[in-house]
Amino acid sequence: MPSRLAIIIAACVFLLAALGVAAYVVIELRDRPAASGGGDGSLLPATLGGPFSLTDHTGRTVTEADYAGKYLLVFFGFTHCPDICPTTLNQVALTMRALGDRAAQVQPLFVTVDPARDTPAAMAEYVALFDAGIVGLTGTEQEIADIARAYRVHYARAEIEGAPDDYMMDHSVLLYLMGPDGNFRRLFRPDDKPEDMADAIVEQIAEDE
Amino acid sequence: MTRLLHITALFLLFVAGSAAAHYDEIGGLQIIHPWARATVPSASNGVVYVAIANEGETPDRLIAVETAIAERAELHTVLMEDGVAKMRAIEAIELAPGETVLLEPGGDHIMLFGLKGPLIEGETLALRLIFEVAGPIDIELTVEAVGADGDDHGDHDATE
Repeated sequence: MPSRLAIIIAACVFLLAALGVAAYVVIELRDRPAASGGGDGSLLPATLGGPFSLTDHTGRTVTEADYAGKYLLVFFGFTHCPDICPTTLNQVALTMRALGDRAAQVQPLFVTVDPARDTPAAMAEYVALFDAGIVGLTGTEQEIADIARAYRVHYARAEIEGAPDDYMMDHSVLLYLMGPDGNFRRLFRPDDKPEDMADAIVEQIAEDE
Repeated sequence: MTRLLHITALFLLFVAGSAAAHYDEIGGLQIIHPWARATVPSASNGVVYVAIANEGETPDRLIAVETAIAERAELHTVLMEDGVAKMRAIEAIELAPGETVLLEPGGDHIMLFGLKGPLIEGETLALRLIFEVAGPIDIELTVEAVGADGDDHGDHDATE
């Protein structure tokens, strides 16, 4: 029965290849540094963050009390940002997916650093693209300056040569995991893998419980 | 076992995806998988990514980009300073012989300012890359999901 033999050989080769790929993936993941933020996180004070009053993408005024009991994944950007911000929102969307059931305990908050252009409607249009329960937050110039200061976030308008009506925003690109008690827990970087972020969040939830 | 199959399937998809990537070659320059990121309906700007391999003997530079879909296109880079991202225009992208330069999310990219309409996933766009030595090269590219990361092996369904 040469054909049966061929099938068995093919199956063995397939399994070996699969094992090789699996081993590679496992080794890759193990050797990668943890996504907890490591040394960077420990440099940040536990007082990072705090109370805020902003407007969400549905036009409702919200404060930290509206998300009481949840972990917050807070990050900053602006909707006219074509490169970094969509990458970060996607990173967050994939993290939420990787969290599975645990996602219900986490509220991602995308805070604009460009309140002049980012109206609630603009934020709504933008967060809807990612379909991950991300809440877009905007506010007055002062409200945004306040939350940025609370998170040690730097932002500045950058002019574009030859386009006086348009501009970019320089801004901090880190992501902050805040606990249900409102205290800072962990820092993530824009190049952290969503699976690693989800693992770190699950680990954090377990640690807190 | 299911997990092994899953990983193997992903691997095979990756191989298949890479083989199907866009491919153009003119004068020693290979233009690999150019793509634009989908935008919201009201977007004023957009972004294009591409890999360029210089397989010739001569150094070249990407010095300009022209397109009818936006008021203008510029070459940009992202500077990271103390965790702050700063996007800045650059004059050219250097293409050393034997090297492949990646324009990718979070790095160098082509900015489209003053879009004449939103970039819609699945649509095809025409773009002209202008090289110092090779001259103009016209390319076509596809608009990919806003959640795409430029790899061919995943994440394309990220915004489903």
